[in-house]
Amino acid sequence: MNAIVDTRTLDPKKLIKGATGDWEVIIGLEIHAQVTSHAKLFSGASAEYGGEPNAHVSLVDAAMPGMLPVINEECVAQAIRTGLGLKAEINLRSVFDRKNYFYPDLPQGYQISQYKSPIVGEGEVIVDLPESGGQITVGIERLHLEQDAGKSLHDQSPSLSFVDLNRSGVALMEIVSKPDMRSSEEARAYVTKLRTILRYLGTCDGNMDEGSLRADVNVSVRRPGEGFGTRCEIKNVNSIRFMGQAIEYEARRQIGVLEDGGKIDQETRLYDASKGETRSMRSKEEAHDYRYFPDPDLLPLEFTQDYVNELASHLPELPDDKKARFIKDYGLTAYDAGVLIAEQDQANYYEAVANGRDGKMAANWVINELFGRLNKEGKDVSTSPVSAAQLGAIVDLITENVISGKLAKDLFEIIWTEGGDPRQVVETRGMKQVTDTGAIEKAIDAVIAANPDKVAQAQAKPTMIGWFVGMVMKETGGKANPQVVNDLLKAKLGI
Amino acid sequence: MSVDQATVRRIARLARIAVTDEEVPHLMGELNAMLSFVEQLGEVDVTGVEPMTSVTPMAMKKRVDQVSDGGYPETVTGNAPMTEDHYFLVPKVVE
Amino acid sequence: MTDLTHMTLADARDALKAKKISAVELTDAHIAAVEAARSLGAYVLETPDQARMMAKASDDKISKGVAGPLEGIPLGIKDLYATKGVRTTACSHILANFVPQYESTVSSQLWRDGAVMLGKLSNDEFAMGSSNESSAFGPVASPWTPPNWSVEKAKSVLAGDKKGLLVPGGSSGGSASAVAAGLCLGATATDTGGSIRQPAAFTGTVGIKPTYGRCSRWGIVAFASSLDQAGPIARTVRDSAIMLRSMAGHDPKDTTSVDRDVPDYEAAIGRSVKGMKIGIPKEYRVDGMSAEIDALWTKGADMLRAAGAEIVEISLPHTKYALPAYYIVAPAEASSNLARYDGVRYGLRVPGKDITDMYEKTRAAGFGPEVRRRIMIGTYVLSAGYYDAYYVRAQQIRTLIKQDFEKAYAAGVDAVLTPATPSPAFGIGEKGGADPVEMYLNDVFTVTVNMAGLPGLAVPAGLSSDGLPLGLQLVGRPFDEETLFSLGEVIEQAAGRTKLPEAWWV
Ligand SMILES: [Mg+2]
Ligand SMILES: [Zn+2]
Repeated sequence: MNAIVDTRTLDPKKLIKGATGDWEVIIGLEIHAQVTSHAKLFSGASAEYGGEPNAHVSLVDAAMPGMLPVINEECVAQAIRTGLGLKAEINLRSVFDRKNYFYPDLPQGYQISQYKSPIVGEGEVIVDLPESGGQITVGIERLHLEQDAGKSLHDQSPSLSFVDLNRSGVALMEIVSKPDMRSSEEARAYVTKLRTILRYLGTCDGNMDEGSLRADVNVSVRRPGEGFGTRCEIKNVNSIRFMGQAIEYEARRQIGVLEDGGKIDQETRLYDASKGETRSMRSKEEAHDYRYFPDPDLLPLEFTQDYVNELASHLPELPDDKKARFIKDYGLTAYDAGVLIAEQDQANYYEAVANGRDGKMAANWVINELFGRLNKEGKDVSTSPVSAAQLGAIVDLITENVISGKLAKDLFEIIWTEGGDPRQVVETRGMKQVTDTGAIEKAIDAVIAANPDKVAQAQAKPTMIGWFVGMVMKETGGKANPQVVNDLLKAKLGI
Repeated sequence: MSVDQATVRRIARLARIAVTDEEVPHLMGELNAMLSFVEQLGEVDVTGVEPMTSVTPMAMKKRVDQVSDGGYPETVTGNAPMTEDHYFLVPKVVE
Repeated sequence: MTDLTHMTLADARDALKAKKISAVELTDAHIAAVEAARSLGAYVLETPDQARMMAKASDDKISKGVAGPLEGIPLGIKDLYATKGVRTTACSHILANFVPQYESTVSSQLWRDGAVMLGKLSNDEFAMGSSNESSAFGPVASPWTPPNWSVEKAKSVLAGDKKGLLVPGGSSGGSASAVAAGLCLGATATDTGGSIRQPAAFTGTVGIKPTYGRCSRWGIVAFASSLDQAGPIARTVRDSAIMLRSMAGHDPKDTTSVDRDVPDYEAAIGRSVKGMKIGIPKEYRVDGMSAEIDALWTKGADMLRAAGAEIVEISLPHTKYALPAYYIVAPAEASSNLARYDGVRYGLRVPGKDITDMYEKTRAAGFGPEVRRRIMIGTYVLSAGYYDAYYVRAQQIRTLIKQDFEKAYAAGVDAVLTPATPSPAFGIGEKGGADPVEMYLNDVFTVTVNMAGLPGLAVPAGLSSDGLPLGLQLVGRPFDEETLFSLGEVIEQAAGRTKLPEAWWV
């Protein structure tokens, strides 16, 4: 294992105020990400979530006597893809070890994992911080493949636990970060970014409700400038929000202990979301001794650089690359680009709208109108009532001066609720902008004739022209091209 | 190296094997007999020697990612000492 | 009756094919012999109904001319092999009445080829032992009687605690005893440190541990995964070759099994050994080796020389470290492999006040003393702070042991000849009382072969001065079992096939 290096420089804004001075919180994360695959890591049973108790279980998963593991090649490929996505070193030779401990949802009495030689080594993730602004780089220590455990239900009986092995043997990637985060915001942003990368790669669906992504959070605190303190590990946090809360609580708890002259025990803790606090999970005398050793049922996992290259050549465009391209090709701000690439289908939607159109205008419509509306209705782009083609048509109608920006919003609303081809809707509902100078001139003349006093005022104070524009628009039912109205008014009023 | 009684108890606990007070000294004697037997391995110069990982060198074959197994909870739980609705039942586990 | 149970497997096969005998009558004769020999303790479960059904099906196939290579041959199966719908216990209380719903790959290949299952054979609990005394079903007696024992004495002791009767060796003691006593024409066995070859040597039978990876381990209760190999025990070299051909082969369910064609091993029988270079490793001349064993070894070398082989002295310098290294590697793997016996999903459960108490009580009651001891030592050598000093070092020494053989083979040696055991069979209750290591020394000649993953054949080569069987071991290059069969048959022919004991136990 590599020595822990502090890669960050102190940022006073991130310090936590204690009773006796400032403290810095240090966070490292171990993320368990379920590999997207049909079958389990070492058996042919289904890796699908749910199922009747012990239905997605083979004799291998139930650790029947004489059963042997055979590795799923797709899970290996997924781990390599993920490693590539994390810009990490891919180890052409890695070893599966047994981690030995007794637990009813661990049928073999050991978990097959990778200890000394993981499949993926060091990498990094670039993380934008949405709240405080700026960007950090979080180092990846390693990624290894391992088996998930089964599930025990403790609330079915007062004296018994019910064990279901459906999860047992499902492939996990354990992605271990370096202790490179210095606030709960950074940790949340890192997990969010990691999840985006995994989803882009298609290697993990990132569904935290179903436990596809779980975080073990290592938290310690120190006085600015001092060495790392003793850490506590908060196990199995299954939401990004809870993770933030757990870190805040745990950091303050540790600061409290230290400021009272106490010391931190290295221990495993659990976050209780209902109470908003962490508590010690295992009694201290139950020290673990996992007795890792290479699994003699499995040979070393070896593949060639050609195999890695082949997988690399089929990798999708990754979020950071997409963001850079959006900024460059569509002239977007970093912020807008960041919002659009957060989910792959959002980015795809945006590109479908932006293609051949004004990228900034497309971004505006997608982010402000569409996302705003989707958010309000609890929908996402995959269930959006307005398709990219429809939104694209609306943008076209604006660009072609067929409708005004204001009418476009009305049009968006119609398409959202009633559907249809925007061009046709504009036609049939008579929403077309009037650019015919004759008709506009007529309206202007009428307004001027009716308001001679205002004409004089406007000639004295040219900003009064806005009032005339409003009146003419009213006269034309909002359909007059505002630019044309403006130009004609200026000429007629002589300003 | 040799083990004392406390170590015997710690090992028994790790291995989840109950040992009685009477068994401990006896087990200690046997384990120490085995440990003194293997002591001679210390004589061998192993510098630079790769520990064996697979005695027959070959490439590990892999399975295709296909659901080809499972779907028989009766078989999985058929030999279990205690079950209900295809769950295995165990004394309550508290965390 | 006796004739049918004392045929060789090859002769029975030929007689079946020629329709001189039927599979049903052959099986019935064996069922009767098995019933009459219950006091030996070789079988822990008899499956006569299944045997008759299979035999009937075999007769059918023979009459239709679609017989498999083992059609109608009655076999015994070591209780370490999972047999579908038939209780499989590894002779441990912890598996209680475990009935697997799957068949081990190796046994399924035997049934595929037409063999008939007579029942399950005893072994040392989880294959841990060299005398078959640790079986939860009690010790197995060898059909060989101790020197100077009258039949009456033997029979009366057999009816009691069996103390003083000869062990058949272990862990495949049930297999060896059954084959030697005419209770099957051949038996499956497994070998982790000598568990096929030592019992074969003790009972005047032939056993081969093939190259690691030659037979699938799928469905065989694991002891030490990197050392375990399946193999047959039979009455002749030819018979063991016939059986191995059916047992061997690649299995996609076992990553450590080798994807390589299975040769017709029987064709190697009678092949000339002229010009073959046979290595005699000087380090096997261990301290205190009996003159009798030494003489047997020399005699074996002479037999091969007489057949045209060249005998050369070789050096395998790390030989003496094989046994201690084995007693780190094997228990370490076993401590992990046996963690699944926890009373949750199958087998014995002893209730406890909480889950840990349940585990501890179940495993204390379910495992016998030898198994508990090995789990303990294995747990210790893998534990924090000791892993490198013990386990890693033992695996490094394993590499050195393998390199010793590789050097010999690279120098042109075709096979290595050694004694199979340091002594003939000893008595039940005689060894391993106070010091477990005393029993372990039985495997001193065989264990190196497992450590290096090589094939090893034990073949009877004569009798001790007391009239007990003694065996020699031939060790081959990886996957060159054929050479072992050729050489083994030379010794078998020259020494004269060991005449198996009469059925005094009836
Ligand atoms: Mg972890
Ligand atoms: Zn993990």
